[in-house]
Amino acid sequence: MMRVCGVLVLSVALCACSAVSPVQPWQRDYLARPEMAWQPDVQLANQRGHVYFSKEASSGGASASGGGCGCN
Amino acid sequence: MLRRITAGFVVVVLMASSRGFSLELGQLAPSFSLAPLQAESPAQLDSRAYRGQVIYVDFWASWCGPCRLSLPQLNTLYRDFSEKGFAVIAVNVDAHRSEALKFLQRRPVDYPVVYDAKRELPALFGVKGMPTAFLLDRQGRVQHIHEGFRPGDAEQLRAMITQLLAQEGAI
Repeated sequence: MMRVCGVLVLSVALCACSAVSPVQPWQRDYLARPEMAWQPDVQLANQRGHVYFSKEASSGGASASGGGCGCN
Repeated sequence: MLRRITAGFVVVVLMASSRGFSLELGQLAPSFSLAPLQAESPAQLDSRAYRGQVIYVDFWASWCGPCRLSLPQLNTLYRDFSEKGFAVIAVNVDAHRSEALKFLQRRPVDYPVVYDAKRELPALFGVKGMPTAFLLDRQGRVQHIHEGFRPGDAEQLRAMITQLLAQEGAI
C-alpha cells in the first residue's frame, strides 16, 4: 500500500512539473525587446559599475546584461 | 488498481520525455504547408513540391541577432546553387508579420519566406535555439542541423551543399 501511495505521489509531482511550460527559443521575441532589458543602456551601466568598484575598492558583484533572447 | 496507477505513471513519464523532441541526423523531415510572408501571393508553399532537391529549412526571426548575418549569406548560397537543385525555405516565427517584413526590406532575399503564424513548426522540427536550420538531402533526410550562425559558417555550408548535390537524387 505504501508503494502504491509513493507511486501516486510521484505521478502527481510529475504532473505538477509538466504544468510549468518553459519559454521556447522561438517565443523569445518579447524578451528580446530593448524595453525588457535589465539595463536599457548597457554601456552606461558598465561605466557606472566600473566607477562603483573603483570607489569601493572591490571588484565583481555588479554587472550589466542585455535582453533575454539568448542569441547574442 | 496498481495497473492503473502504473499506466498513469507511464503516460506522465512519456509526456515529460516528449518535450525534448528534436529531429536527428538521418531522420525524415516532416512536410509542411505555410503561407508566404509576403501576403501578395495567397497560395500556400508546400515543402513536398521541393522533393528531390537539397533543401535548407531555416527558422529565423527579426529579433534574432545572428539572423542579420545569416540571411544575406544564405542568399548568396541560394544564388550560387539554386540552378543545381538547391532550395532554401525560410520559416519566419515572429509574433508580428510586420516586423519580419520590415527586416526583409533592409535585407531582401531571393528565396521563399513563409510565415508560421501559429508557431507550431519549430516544435515539430525540435528547434533548440534561434536561428536553427536543417539541411535535407534529396530524399528529405536531415543531414545537418545548424544552430546559430557565425562568420565562416557559410563556407562550411557551401562544402556540405556541394557534397549533397553531387549525390544521386531519388524522387
